[in-house]
Amino acid sequence: MEKLGKPAKVYLALVFIILYAPIFYLIFYSFNSGGTMSSFEGFTLEHYAAVFADTRLIIILMNTLIVALLSALVSTAIGVLGAIGIVFLRNNKMRNAVLSLNNILIVSPDVIIGASFLILFTMVGIKLGFASVLISHIAFSIPIVVIMVLPKLLDMNHSLIDAASDLGASKRDILTRVILPYIKPGIFAGFFLALTYSLDDFAVTFFVTGNGFSTLSVEIYSMARAGITLTINALSALIFVVTMGLVVGYYFFNNRARQSMGTGGPRP
Amino acid sequence: MKATQGRPFYLIPYYLWIALFVIAPIALIAYFSFFDLSGNFTLDNYKNFFTSVYLQMTLSSFWYAFLITLFSILIAYPTAYWLTKTKHKQLWLLLIIIPSWINLLLKTYAFIGIFGLYGPANNFLETIGIGRLQILFTDFSFIFVAVYIFIPFMILPIFNSLDKLNPALVDASRDLGASPWTTFRRVIFPLTTGGVKSGIQAVFIPALSLFMITRLIAGNKVITLGTAIEQQFLVTQNWGMGSTIAVFLILFMFIIMILTGQKEKGGSANGKTR
Repeated sequence: MEKLGKPAKVYLALVFIILYAPIFYLIFYSFNSGGTMSSFEGFTLEHYAAVFADTRLIIILMNTLIVALLSALVSTAIGVLGAIGIVFLRNNKMRNAVLSLNNILIVSPDVIIGASFLILFTMVGIKLGFASVLISHIAFSIPIVVIMVLPKLLDMNHSLIDAASDLGASKRDILTRVILPYIKPGIFAGFFLALTYSLDDFAVTFFVTGNGFSTLSVEIYSMARAGITLTINALSALIFVVTMGLVVGYYFFNNRARQSMGTGGPRP
Repeated sequence: MKATQGRPFYLIPYYLWIALFVIAPIALIAYFSFFDLSGNFTLDNYKNFFTSVYLQMTLSSFWYAFLITLFSILIAYPTAYWLTKTKHKQLWLLLIIIPSWINLLLKTYAFIGIFGLYGPANNFLETIGIGRLQILFTDFSFIFVAVYIFIPFMILPIFNSLDKLNPALVDASRDLGASPWTTFRRVIFPLTTGGVKSGIQAVFIPALSLFMITRLIAGNKVITLGTAIEQQFLVTQNWGMGSTIAVFLILFMFIIMILTGQKEKGGSANGKTR
């Protein structure tokens, strides 16, 4: 392997600095007692105190987490079953058609998803609020789960299923004891991605949320439109720490899963 | 193949999802595009779309999306290329992806401070003697922030295609006397256009439909198709016109998908983590 030259190293370092600078900039000023993001006057934790004292913000935070967890769980369940169904579709044309339909929501711009769901919920008569936000998050997470699970399923040797059924396993046993354990890494990847998509979503939620319900993204948007408040900075520092924790946790989990897959095959 | 016999009942929720949340919404958008504010059937929305106001907006939206995509490629390609040459490349790649997991709004909000009149960008300009400028609410700030947001989604597919490239091909080209530049131009780049195309898909379509960044960073000066849709739906409450613009955005999306479509089916080409 060739060594990286100096210009290459400088370039990469520059890209990394630019990628991370805004995030650390936000975190740095979250400790500013001055109240602006331009001159650092003194160290304070008052903005963190403000985050935890603001019950409205805490409720919004809880809303965001509940929506993310519920939508990730439900979309993973539907997506995994869907992916298994797609793999067992014998008609190739049908399978491709279903896959294309699956990918529409992935490539659709958020604005389109938001606007069309807004029409849908209004037509059906679902009140805009928690329910509409949760349903939309489930809806746009399902295709991501399918995409994450599908390669694992295609990887799976079909004789595993044949062997299980020859040995007298019921359909349910095949699903829960053979297929699901094998595709577990894909399921977790899908769940995790669904979680991050939900936490990250702004545009769709912005369209389908009513007056009484708000998620973090939407709340930050309205706060940011009003101007700079260092409460947002403190909040972003907290979110950054949690995100890093999740990423590191996921990375180690994934690595362990990969190693166990490499050495011992699927575990019972 | 015993396991495949019978209708798979577990496909029912998935099919329901396709019908309700993939097909129905698109049908509803198409349906609503034929109605005016008071609910009468009309083709006026389409007529309106072809007036100079909307055509100009569409053109400028495309121009901005083009610039954003172009700069993303120019920055992402060398980054991805050199990343594949680092020792712990998967770890470095993860570090590139992490910022994309930080909430979009927070990153945009950071730039309100950075590009502000007394923010670090202006402090820097002042120390090198240019003086303070209005950076926020300009085309520059809009494109910069958009490229910043999209860059991981461009790096990822390019990295993957470079990573899959057989190094023997590069060695062969070098052995046969090609200069590094020729090797890049004739071997490496043509073999990684798939990744570039996936990147274009992942950047161009969202760039056409940005609306949050235009509001926060460009101060309503830049109107993209996304901003127009949001405006029609949530501000003017003219769902008909909003749907018409959405219909065109969907059409553009399909055209871009076809133009950047790939022969090989890479299921996870657009996935965030792979």
